[in-house]
Amino acid sequence: MDENLVLEVRRLSGGYRKGGVISRGTYKQILFDVNFEVRHGEIVGLVGESGSGKSTLAKIILGLLDPQEGEVIHHTPRPQIIFQDPYSSLNPAYDVEWILEEPLRVYGKYDKAERKRRVRDMLSRVELDEHYLKSKPNELSGGQRQRVSIAAALIRRPRFIIADEPVSALDVTVQAQVLRLMRSLREELDLSYLFISHDLNVVYQICDRVLVLKNGRIVEQGEVETVFNHPQHEYTKRLLEAAE
Amino acid sequence: MLEIKDLHVQFNSRDHEAVSGVTLTIHDGEILGLVGESGSGKSVTAMSIAGLLPRKQCKLSGDVLLDGQDLLHAQRSELRRLHGRKIGVVFQEPMSSMDPLMRVGTQIGETLRIHQPDMPKEERHRLVYEAMRDVELPNPEETYRKYPHELSGGQQQRAMIAAAIVSRPSLLLLDEPTTALDVTIQAQILELLKKLNRETGISMLFISHNLNVVRKLCKRVAVMQKGKLVETGTTEDVFFRPQHPYTQKLIESIPTRHGKEVR
Ligand SMILES: Nc1ncnc2c1ncn2[C@@H]1O[C@H](COP(=O)(O)OP(=O)(O)OP(=O)(O)O)[C@@H](O)[C@H]1O
Ligand SMILES: Nc1ncnc2c1ncn2[C@@H]1O[C@H](COP(=O)(O)OP(=O)(O)OP(=O)(O)O)[C@@H](O)[C@H]1O
Ligand SMILES: [Mg+2]
Ligand SMILES: [Mg+2]
Repeated sequence: MDENLVLEVRRLSGGYRKGGVISRGTYKQILFDVNFEVRHGEIVGLVGESGSGKSTLAKIILGLLDPQEGEVIHHTPRPQIIFQDPYSSLNPAYDVEWILEEPLRVYGKYDKAERKRRVRDMLSRVELDEHYLKSKPNELSGGQRQRVSIAAALIRRPRFIIADEPVSALDVTVQAQVLRLMRSLREELDLSYLFISHDLNVVYQICDRVLVLKNGRIVEQGEVETVFNHPQHEYTKRLLEAAE
Repeated sequence: MLEIKDLHVQFNSRDHEAVSGVTLTIHDGEILGLVGESGSGKSVTAMSIAGLLPRKQCKLSGDVLLDGQDLLHAQRSELRRLHGRKIGVVFQEPMSSMDPLMRVGTQIGETLRIHQPDMPKEERHRLVYEAMRDVELPNPEETYRKYPHELSGGQQQRAMIAAAIVSRPSLLLLDEPTTALDVTIQAQILELLKKLNRETGISMLFISHNLNVVRKLCKRVAVMQKGKLVETGTTEDVFFRPQHPYTQKLIESIPTRHGKEVR
């Protein structure tokens, strides 16, 4: 077995059961026979149109949704997730400082002073001023909220992160800074990412490899340079043309 | 149509104003772009037009007039009457405004149910399905019966756009309405907005950090920085002859295709 792997997804299919638990409902399959892997220190992009199944795949990898068939093999502790929707995923009852400090508290390795230092450091790395420490999520702008949810995932120093549209609410300047941060942490921590985005420019900037999902199937995968410069599948060609 | 005069918004929990002295006009039938860095006050400006700021948590001053009617100090009940009928709002984060317990189709038809109670149910359903098709939501019958959390991010965004346009308001406030959409669907939504604007003369405030989209859609653009309006002009002028240093920086930062600047 390849020792470099952090994640293997094998012959995976999955979807949602409609209707209640009792009625058992019908099964709506979303993903079909998905196969790929992520290696140490690699940033793998996942692109595809809205509704193609990107977030569903993320949910199955995280164990939030059971697969219908196939398997997900983790070679690291559970991955961290940066959710597509920071509004629903950040706890509205707590301020930014608490949200960022809590994972460090749970970790139990740092004293209070060190935790505070790390929280401030991470906040400045996502370009947020210290005076937002005392803000609750609903007192922030959309882009500020998105940066808090990125900081909350990165501060745990995970080995593997699934980032679902992590920079979609950010303007180009802040976006470039956050992408730089994600890359530099990759070097520092030997971190790997599954990077979901509909923005092909962003994927081209940050990813090493890319998976193209269409109607729940991976229709093409390979090195970013290769896929972007010599797309094989009709769908990939169309995606790239539309992005011009 | 809409006049904002010397708008100030100060949140009690902050030492700086979120919006300080914004003066802005949206003409009849105009699509005005609003751009600026994260945290510069774009959404707060839109929320004050919609009368949706938490009034207990902030101090407001200035005027916001819609066809001469004051919105900033209007009664809640008055604002509720305006929503959907005259003003349609698409919020930056769909889930912040969708009711998690109401089916998507019912939600899209809500403004019709409230403002046109005499409209037969069949007619309402027809308009809802039409709006769903307009925004390219897949399988309208199935989507109608779903709950918001059963939609993908981009589908939630489209459902919100459908809810905002279904009753054909005269002013649309669109706050980053296409961030979750891939280029193909984004292009279709922009076409739809242009068509609505052309055919029904609906005015729009279009907030976006995607300058390419703003350039395609808007004839006039306003630029905000740190709560202030630093520049307003025709799209042509702002993009090709930016005056303010911040606008110049902003225009320079538009990504050229496939730029590997991060590497
Ligand atoms: N909880 C759910 N129950 C039923 N169907 C769902 C549920 N969540 C998502 N779906 C459907 O599954 C399909 C795939 O959704 P998913 O969220 O994976 O798309 P996506 O690729 O992430 O799209 P986007 O780019 O718009 O976020 C969509 O048609 C969506 O409506
Ligand atoms: N309810 C609130 N309480 C306190 N401060 C707030 C509140 N809502 C917004 N703010 C602050 O007001 C400022 C302007 O926020 P606004 O949401 O208008 O920014 P924006 O330009 O829309 O940014 P983005 O592009 O990130 O969405 C920000 O600094 C934000 O933190
Ligand atoms: Mg998604
Ligand atoms: Mg905003």
